[in-house]
Amino acid sequence: MSEENIMYRIESSPQIRHADSTARIMWSVVLALLPAGIWSVVNFGPYVLAVIAVSVITAVVLEYLLARLMGRSTIQDGSAVLTGLLIAYNMPPGVGLFIPIIASAFAIAVVKWSFGGLGANWINPALAGRVFVFFSWTGAMTTWKAPRFWSAVDTTSGATVLSTVKTSLLDAEGIISGPAGLLGDLGYQSTAFARQAASWFSDTLNIGVSPIHIDLFIGTVPGSLGEVSALLLILGGIYLAAKHIITWHTPISYILSFSLLIWIFGGVQYGTGLFSGDVLFHLFSGGMMLGALFMATDMVTSPTTYAGMIIFGIFTGFLTFLFRIYGSLPEGVSLAIIIMNIFVPMIDRYIQPRRFGVVKQRSQA
Amino acid sequence: MRNISTFSKGGVHPADRKELTCTKEIVRLPTPKHIIIPFSQHLGVPANPIVKKGDIVAAGDKIGEAAGFISADIHTPAAGTVSEIKEIFLPNGMYTKAAVIAVDETGSLELTEKRDWKTMDPHQIVAEVKDLGIVGMGGATFPANVKFSVPKGKKAEYVVINGVECEPYLTSDHRIMLEKGLEVLEGALIIAKMVGAPKVYIGIENNKKDAMEHLESLITAHHLPIEIQPLRLKYPQGDEKQLLKAVIGKEVPSGALPIDIGAVVSNVGTAQALYQAIVYRKPLIERVVTVTGDAIRDPGNFLVTIGTPIQDLIDACGGFREQPEKMVAGGPMMGFAFYDLQTPVMKGTSGVLALTSKESRKEVTTACISCGRCVAACPMGLQPTRLYKNISVGNYTESLGLGLLDCKECGCCAYVCPAKLPLVQGMRLGKNMSRKMKK
Repeated sequence: MSEENIMYRIESSPQIRHADSTARIMWSVVLALLPAGIWSVVNFGPYVLAVIAVSVITAVVLEYLLARLMGRSTIQDGSAVLTGLLIAYNMPPGVGLFIPIIASAFAIAVVKWSFGGLGANWINPALAGRVFVFFSWTGAMTTWKAPRFWSAVDTTSGATVLSTVKTSLLDAEGIISGPAGLLGDLGYQSTAFARQAASWFSDTLNIGVSPIHIDLFIGTVPGSLGEVSALLLILGGIYLAAKHIITWHTPISYILSFSLLIWIFGGVQYGTGLFSGDVLFHLFSGGMMLGALFMATDMVTSPTTYAGMIIFGIFTGFLTFLFRIYGSLPEGVSLAIIIMNIFVPMIDRYIQPRRFGVVKQRSQA
Repeated sequence: MRNISTFSKGGVHPADRKELTCTKEIVRLPTPKHIIIPFSQHLGVPANPIVKKGDIVAAGDKIGEAAGFISADIHTPAAGTVSEIKEIFLPNGMYTKAAVIAVDETGSLELTEKRDWKTMDPHQIVAEVKDLGIVGMGGATFPANVKFSVPKGKKAEYVVINGVECEPYLTSDHRIMLEKGLEVLEGALIIAKMVGAPKVYIGIENNKKDAMEHLESLITAHHLPIEIQPLRLKYPQGDEKQLLKAVIGKEVPSGALPIDIGAVVSNVGTAQALYQAIVYRKPLIERVVTVTGDAIRDPGNFLVTIGTPIQDLIDACGGFREQPEKMVAGGPMMGFAFYDLQTPVMKGTSGVLALTSKESRKEVTTACISCGRCVAACPMGLQPTRLYKNISVGNYTESLGLGLLDCKECGCCAYVCPAKLPLVQGMRLGKNMSRKMKK
C-alpha cells in the first residue's frame, strides 16, 4: 500500500446517511415558526421584534459561553435559536425586555446546561423559562396588547379571550351559550372581517361559527406574540409533518384527547350540560396550537416510541383540559406539557417496542 | 405469482441508485497477470494455506483447507505459480494471509463434464458444496455446506431464495436473475433437494419487475415447483429474518436460526454458483460484482475472477470521473470502507462503490436528541439509542438484556440518526466487550 492510496475516508457502516441532521431539524422548526412571528409583527407592531431579538440573542450567547466552558461548540445545531424563539413567542407583545432575557437565561443556563446541554434536559427549556418568569412577574406576563385589527376603543390593555372567559364565568348565572356567547354578552368586539366571514359561513355553507372563532383562528386577538394565529401555526405544523420532522403521534393524540374532554365536559360550567363544549374555541385559543405542534413535539422531552408518544399526548391533553377548565389560571398548556415531560423517562421505561422474534416480553425494569 | 408483501417492523428507504447499473449486462473481465487470494473469504475460521511460495498450481486447485466446522475451502481460479504468501488487510479490518499467484497463459478452468444433479444423493451434494468452497454470496459469506446441513431433529419445509438485493446501488443479483435465471432456479431446486424441503419461494423486491417476469416465464416454461413472492421495497428486506417474515409470515425467534422455523434461506448468487458447482464441478472462483457510485466514469456489472485487484475493476469502468471520497466493498448500508485499491475481489464482494463527497458526506456528530427515529427504524424492535447509551458507559450487561445480540448491524438506526451517532460501531463494541466479559 503506497502513501498516495491512503486518501479515502474510512468509517463504520452504514456508508451513507439520511440527509436530516440535528441542525437541519432545528432550523426547519425555526422556519416553520417564522410565519407566526411575521404575523406578530404585523399584529402587534415592531416592538415584538425587540422581544424576539433579545430572547434569541440571550439564548445564543449563553449557549455559546456555556458550551465553551464545557469545551464544546454547539451553537451551529440551531437549538439555542429555537429555544430563544419559542420563549419570545410565549411573551406578551408589550413585555418589558428584561423578562424575556431572564426567561432565556433560565432556559439555557439552568434547564438546559446544568443537565449537560442539548439532549440531556428533562423538561422543555423554553416552557420552563416561560413558567419561571410567569410566576415571578405575573402582572407583566398577563398584560396584553390589543391587536392592530381591533376596532375596540381600549387598545392598550386587552385581555386574552381565555382570561376574560375565566373571570366572567365566576359571576355568570343561568345558561350561557358557551364561551363565544359569553364574550358576546360582555360586548366583546370581533373584527369586521371575522363578522363577515362568520355570516358567509352560516349563509353559504350553513355552518354555524361565531366571529370569535374566526378571530381566534386567524389570530386577530390579544395573546402571547407567537401563539395567536392558529392558522399559521397549523401551516407550520403541516410543513414539519410533510418533511417528516414531527410525526402525527404526539400532536394528534394531544389534540384529540383535549378536544374529546372539552366536548364532553366543557359545557357544564355554562349550564348547557354534558357533550356541549365548544371544541373549536378551546383549540384555537391560548397556547394550544403552539404547544401541541411545537412544544409537546420537542424530541428531547417526549417519548422515543410511537406508543409512548400517544400516551404522552393523551395525558397532556387531559392535564391541559383540567388546568383550563378547573384551574385558577386561564391557560394550561405550558404546565401540562412540563408535567408530562417529567413522566417521559417513566413512559420510556414501561412502553418499549416488542422485539422481533420475542413472544413474551417481560418488563425490562 | 403471490400477492405483494413485506416485513412489518421498522426498516428504511434510502435512495436505491440502482438506475446506474441495473441495465448494464454482466461483462466478463479477463483474469489479470497477478491475483491475490486471501485465505479468509468467509465467516468463521480462516482456511489453512496448503501451498507455499514457488508451488505450481492448476486452475481450480484447492490452495486453502477449511480449518474448523465454520470455515471454507479456498481454490485458485487460475493456473500459475505461487509467487508469495503475504499478509494483507481486508476491508472488514482483518489482517489475513493471502496467496499471490503469477498466472500463466494457459490459466482458465476447463468445464468439460455436465452432470445430472437429479440423480445425485443429497449427502454427496452437501459434501461437494463443502469441497468446492461455496459460501453465501449475499455478503455474510456463511459456509454453505453448514447452512445446508439440516441439524438432527430439525426439518426443512421451505427454501427461500433471496432475490431482494435490498442494498442500494447493487444490481449484481438483479443481473444474475435476468441473465442466468434458469441456473438460479435449478440451483434453488438443488438446495431444496439437499435440505429435503417441499416448498421453494423466491422473494424479489418490486423494483426488479423485469427479473420477476423473466423468472416467472422460465418457471412456467419448465414447469418448475417454485413460487415467486413479490416484495414491497424496504431495507433490510434481504436479511434472512425480515425475508422470512415477509415471505412465509413467521418470525425467527430471538437467538434462533431460520431452520428453527423450518426454513433455509439462500441468496440468488449462491444458488447460481451452487448450480455451476454441482453440475460442472466448478469451485467458487469467480463472481458478479457491481462497480458503481457517482465517482465511477462508466459503472457496470462484471464477472470477475476472485483475487482480481479492485483497481482492475475501476480501470474496466474507465477510471474515476472525480476523486472519490470513500471506497466501499459491498453495499452502502453494510459494506466496508477500504483504502487500498489493490484489495482483491473475494467471494463476498457483491459490489465496489466509489462514492463522492456528495453521496457520503462527512458528518458532524451531535448529542442524542431522543428523537426516536432509530427506535422506529430498527427492524428487530430494539432501542438503539438506549443500547448505545448503555454501551458508551460500559453497561454491557444491561445492553444484553435489551437484546443487543439480536442486532445484526443492518445500519438502519445509524442511517436515520440526525445526531449522526456511530450507532453500529457502538453495537459492535458492545458485542465484543460482552463476549470478552464471558471469557
